[in-house]
Amino acid sequence: MQRKKLVIIGNGMVGHNFIETLVQTEAAGKFEIITFCEEPRLAYDRVHLTAYFETRNPDDLALTTGEFYRQHGVTVHVGDKAVEIDRGRKVVRSQKGIEVPYDILVLATGSFPFVPPIPGHDKENCFVYRTIEDLEAITRAAAESRIGAVVGGGLLGLEAAKALKDLGLETHVVEFAPRLMAVQLDEDGGAMLQRKIEDLGVGVHTNKNTQNIADGKFQRLKMEFADGETLETDMIVFSAGIRPRDELARQAGLEIGPRGGIVIDDHCRTSDPDIFAIGECALWNGQIFGLVAPGYQMARVAVEVLNGQDARFTGADMSTKLKLMGVEVGTIGDSHGRTQGAQSYVYKNEHDEIYKRLIVSEDGKHLHGAVLVGDSGAYDTLLQYYLNGIELPQPPDSLILPSVEGAGAGLGPDALPDTATICSCHNVTKGQIVQLIDNGVVALSDIKAETKASTGCGGCAALLKSVVDNELEKRGLEVKKDICEHFPYSRQELYHLIRVEQIRTFDELLEKHGRGLGCDICKPAVGSILASYWNDYVLSDKYFKLQDTNDFRLANLQKDGTYSVVPRVPGGEITPGQLIAIGEVAKKYHLYTKITGGQRIDLFGARLEQLPHIWKDLIDAGFESGHAYAKAVRTVKSCVGSTWCRYGVQDSVGMAIHLEHRYKGIRAPHKIKLAVSGCTRECAEAQCKDIGVIATEKGWNLYLCGNGGMKPRHADLFATDLDDETLIKYIDRFMAFYIRTADRLQRTATWLENLEGGLDYLREVIIDDKLGICDELEQQIRHLVETYECEWKKTLENEEILKKRFRFFVNSDKSDDNVIFIEERGQIRPATEEEKKQFKGIPIDLEEAS
Amino acid sequence: MTETTASRTETWVDVCGVDDLEPDAGVCALVAGRQIAIFHIPGLKAVFALGNYDPFSHANVLSRGLTGDIGGEPVVASPVYKQHFSLRTGRCMEDEHLSVPTYPVRIHDGRVLIQIPEQGEDA
Ligand code: SRM
Ligand SMILES: Cc1cc2nc3c(=O)[nH]c(=O)nc-3n(C[C@H](O)[C@H](O)[C@H](O)COP(=O)(O)OP(=O)(O)OC[C@H]3O[C@@H](n4cnc5c(N)ncnc54)[C@H](O)[C@@H]3O)c2cc1C
Ligand code: SF4
Ligand code: FES
Repeated sequence: MQRKKLVIIGNGMVGHNFIETLVQTEAAGKFEIITFCEEPRLAYDRVHLTAYFETRNPDDLALTTGEFYRQHGVTVHVGDKAVEIDRGRKVVRSQKGIEVPYDILVLATGSFPFVPPIPGHDKENCFVYRTIEDLEAITRAAAESRIGAVVGGGLLGLEAAKALKDLGLETHVVEFAPRLMAVQLDEDGGAMLQRKIEDLGVGVHTNKNTQNIADGKFQRLKMEFADGETLETDMIVFSAGIRPRDELARQAGLEIGPRGGIVIDDHCRTSDPDIFAIGECALWNGQIFGLVAPGYQMARVAVEVLNGQDARFTGADMSTKLKLMGVEVGTIGDSHGRTQGAQSYVYKNEHDEIYKRLIVSEDGKHLHGAVLVGDSGAYDTLLQYYLNGIELPQPPDSLILPSVEGAGAGLGPDALPDTATICSCHNVTKGQIVQLIDNGVVALSDIKAETKASTGCGGCAALLKSVVDNELEKRGLEVKKDICEHFPYSRQELYHLIRVEQIRTFDELLEKHGRGLGCDICKPAVGSILASYWNDYVLSDKYFKLQDTNDFRLANLQKDGTYSVVPRVPGGEITPGQLIAIGEVAKKYHLYTKITGGQRIDLFGARLEQLPHIWKDLIDAGFESGHAYAKAVRTVKSCVGSTWCRYGVQDSVGMAIHLEHRYKGIRAPHKIKLAVSGCTRECAEAQCKDIGVIATEKGWNLYLCGNGGMKPRHADLFATDLDDETLIKYIDRFMAFYIRTADRLQRTATWLENLEGGLDYLREVIIDDKLGICDELEQQIRHLVETYECEWKKTLENEEILKKRFRFFVNSDKSDDNVIFIEERGQIRPATEEEKKQFKGIPIDLEEAS
Repeated sequence: MTETTASRTETWVDVCGVDDLEPDAGVCALVAGRQIAIFHIPGLKAVFALGNYDPFSHANVLSRGLTGDIGGEPVVASPVYKQHFSLRTGRCMEDEHLSVPTYPVRIHDGRVLIQIPEQGEDA
């Protein structure tokens, strides 16, 4: 049988999702699939478009690959736009002149940014914010600008403003309406948001009707407003809403809504039954949906219809939660309280700039909508009340009042009905998850793989986990703490097994207590336990195969496969001679150098085979390994302290150096960072370290379990006015206790939060020796201190290891030819994929450098 | 050194000695301009060969990944972003649409031999 031709116009998020969904169904076999992609690249993640600025590598946003399309026999015309649909002959014609006949046509043309027809809107340095090309153009212009303005204070406008701010511009938002995010927020919510955004240094101008864009006097452009005021700026980004791209459908005579949009029925069919429309170009029930999840739902409906099922699109919820310039905002349902008889509860806290409003039904039992600004913590819970019509607790405002003991608690997963949508990107309900668990699929990863839940925007991950955990608990199944499939034990249990049975190798542990070959989770974890306990050389024959790539090569792997090198600089103190020595090594091997956040110097761009040569030079100049590659004690930061500083009360540099030498290289469940400040002004930021020490008139205050990083936590004050000896005793005990009891990759901050009894218990163990183990703990650290060796020094003494493990090819002396550097600001950096194609890079003289 | 056997396309290239391999870890060989990651897994009494190029990081790193198994399937984890590739099929365990090439390996007289497809033969 001849296959029918299925043509999809538009390879955006929804067009791609349609194809991806279709090829997994039976109907795929019936169609030859052809798609037109106007943009110069295949579908990418437009939702996270702004993330482009993070790496400026379009590949990072890609949703698919040419390979995927080839594998499924899909023909894609990239960079070619469909320009005509001839419904009589049933063919589509493209800009490049290709004609493709169709049996079924799917329009997924998305929308375009609306630019108000203000005179001057088409001047140079005026942009929109929709595609990667737009962002590339904005980046280029921003490099030559000081001030940037965004027209439109909606969701996207604020996102664009954040981007301009991050590009280093003085940023202004110009909004026609009297408040920001007028569609979603009520007046008070908009005002609170405006205050918060102004606090961040962004100018907000509401009620501004731009009438003309003229040449500026001081900046490149001048915006003239109806009220006579003006604003000078170097560039303008328009973000004044979107309009469906219905031009092709119009030309083909399909039914179009009065304000644009291709009219579709519940099956996503247009007025021509052989033509479907999905995504932002489609108008359903008088509505356009400017979000990706409803588009994906339409794609699914269309696929099911093509599979002969009676699927229907039934509308979608437009509630949103987001973080705009670090400000949390959430809106649910009828946020303006327009529903008949609706009543509001409002919580407003001007001090912390928080505003929350609930809109509930007349009888107070159901939630119609909500607005959250400054704190959207209640969003997930409220959304479930709203979507599932769950009866509200009384009084309902307990849901938005600051949590007093017990109140405002989240809605437990048990309270959700089976119909509750857990993942709206992939339309997964609680019922489906419960059913999978009933069928024996109990691992979270398997549930994700089966349902795709939480693999879209990721917003539902926490909820999904709590539903799964709750169901498992209800069935009496333990929520597994096993480290991985090879050992039915937690890290702490493995630690005990190794200690009690005096196990020295991974193979022995695997044979006695595990199964299979092991994996990249249990191997490094066991390697780390063995190192914390025995402190043997990590690259010895029995251990090297457990090491993650960084520990394996004693350097940090970079994105292009080269390494970075960090020599230890104890306490951050460094002599001019040492600085020069590092500089010379960097010059000799053409390395990129940078001061790290840990008060030392990182040398990047070292090839595997250069590492021993680099380290030989560094060690000759008196340096030691900095263990930047290991889950181990990293750095001890210091401030200059009483030696120079007029406020210092103790010698913080001296103490930092002492601590760093004592604990250097000790391997632990995760990295451990320390800092010492010379007085309460705290210039070393000791309170965000695992171990923080702050000088007092009488000695030292010890702070424990702080964390910077992803989830910052201030350290807790553990003990005050300690003398040197007691300080070190407590740190010894603390460190050994943490090493023994923490989970794999658990920093001290999360460890303490999970420690039953918390800080008080920790004090009982470490200060009062409640468990009677302090001698043992101190002895363990003493052993580690006494057996310390610089790993690089030891490695350089071992010809065999150097020959085997620091050579790129086993059978050749060549180097990796995919490592290419480009010069930027006078130093090297890895070439991007694009550049690799274009340039050959700076030739590196390997003879000289190695 | 090249060994040619009966069939025309079966060209086995002598790459290195068995002693040059690292038990439960990888090494990288350069064969006819290709980077090939070779893994020796003593527990399975097997040697595997995959392309060294990691499609996720776009870097030549797979030989430097940790080996192990997932549900019994022998795998290597990319050292950059940690996706797992089957040592037998080259298939990525996290994304079934992606895979890296695999190459037949043979041990003969203490030497490791690899079969490389003729230019342009592999997709
Ligand atoms: C080089 C450096 C950035 C810089 O150029 O300044 C850096 C680089 C990396 N950091 Fe960092 N961090 C660096 C200071 C920090 C700091 C600041 C500090 O130490 O005062 C922090 C916050 C403080 C903290 O840890 O609490 C920091 C928090 C992180 C985190 C988040 C940890 C957390 O608990 O949330 C990670 C991710 C992880 O470890 O899992 C991370 C991971 C990394 C990795 C290892 C990412 C990776 O896997 O490649 C980077 C290694 C690059 C390399 O090759 O060296 N880095 N990183 C800094 C090295 C300091 C040093 O001399 O050793
Ligand atoms: C900066 C930004 C942030 C966003 N944030 C969010 C968010 O947080 N959450 C959310 O849900 N949504 C968000 N969105 C909206 C989301 O990106 C869209 O809802 C989604 O991309 C719609 O998918 P689509 O396929 O309908 O349209 P698009 O992704 O725009 O794809 C349409 C494609 O069709 C092509 N095309 C059009 N006409 C033709 C033709 N004649 N021939 C060939 N090709 C054609 C276009 O070039 C385009 O590539 C955001 C959008 C932007 C711009
Ligand atoms: S150095 Fe740290 S913060 Fe910077 S990109 Fe790497 S991991 Fe992220
Ligand atoms: S809601 Fe987006 S991934 Fe689940």
